[in-house]
Amino acid sequence: MTTRIVELRRGILKKNDELAAGLRERFTTAGVLVLNLVSSPGTGKTAFLERTLRELRAGGSRAAALVGDLETDNDARRLAASGAPVRQINTHGICHLEAEMVSKHLDGWELSDLDFLFIENVGNLVCPSSYDLGEKIRVALLSVTEGEDKPLKYPTLFNSADAAVITKMDIAEACGFEHDAALRNIHEIRPGIRIFETSAKTGAGMAGWLEYLAEERAARKA
Amino acid sequence: MHELSIVSGVVDSVTETLVAYPGATVKEVRLRIGALASVVEDSLQFCYGLAIEGTPLEGSVLVVKTVPVIAHCEPCRQDVEIVSLQSFRCPRCDEPVSDLRQGRELEIESIEIDEVEETA
Repeated sequence: MTTRIVELRRGILKKNDELAAGLRERFTTAGVLVLNLVSSPGTGKTAFLERTLRELRAGGSRAAALVGDLETDNDARRLAASGAPVRQINTHGICHLEAEMVSKHLDGWELSDLDFLFIENVGNLVCPSSYDLGEKIRVALLSVTEGEDKPLKYPTLFNSADAAVITKMDIAEACGFEHDAALRNIHEIRPGIRIFETSAKTGAGMAGWLEYLAEERAARKA
Repeated sequence: MHELSIVSGVVDSVTETLVAYPGATVKEVRLRIGALASVVEDSLQFCYGLAIEGTPLEGSVLVVKTVPVIAHCEPCRQDVEIVSLQSFRCPRCDEPVSDLRQGRELEIESIEIDEVEETA
């Protein structure tokens, strides 16, 4: 018997990372802007996305969505009411989406016919942060009911985000939401990140968000 | 709780590597995990015990080395360690830092194996 150390220096999620890199290349070639929406369960990702899809379509943009959930296709049915093409990804107990699940659910979609593709991740602020889905922009969402210190409690996710959205601003006052503390905490974890304060119910703050999407989409085309 | 997925990735990867070392037994698997990788070592260890059953890794020990978060501070023109994950600021000048150079690793560093001597 001889003992030997074999150096591997290999990424554990190499398979996912390679698939995600392939997807990113496909998305770039097709000119579609892809966003990965991540938050806790109950933050209002689906309501926010419903409103976003509706407004984008009303403005003449072509948008589609993939929506991840442990079980049920409730969210996909809600989102499909916007008229946008929507597909449900059921992870059957897995707490996050992986690049392979995204890849499988793109079959038959002509990506170059799309301006935006939204991927609504499984509600979870921990696990999705490790899995690249090939997105251009990772959006972390936080609702006013969750507590201003949530970014401090989940730094791994907030630090990996490219944009942050605060949802349910219409009930901020009733919740005693401390606006300045929330912004400060997000910036403490992710300096310089763009933050959008929105209400899917009243539409407040949506204009700024849509403007951001249009800018990013234009940058992608260029 | 994605530690089981992570550990399954480790088992697959090591099993693949072992093809080049027929008959070898695995004694140790060493990982490098970034402090920002969203992985809990206790869960990793627990899942590892389950995942290696009936695989060529059975009986091996998992060693996890935590890798600190390192960011580049532009004003200081140097890489600095971020000690608190609640504040991404340079410990020298207190400026916010966003250019991370290390801390998200999820890597198999090496494995220690016992090889069977070839008989002449």
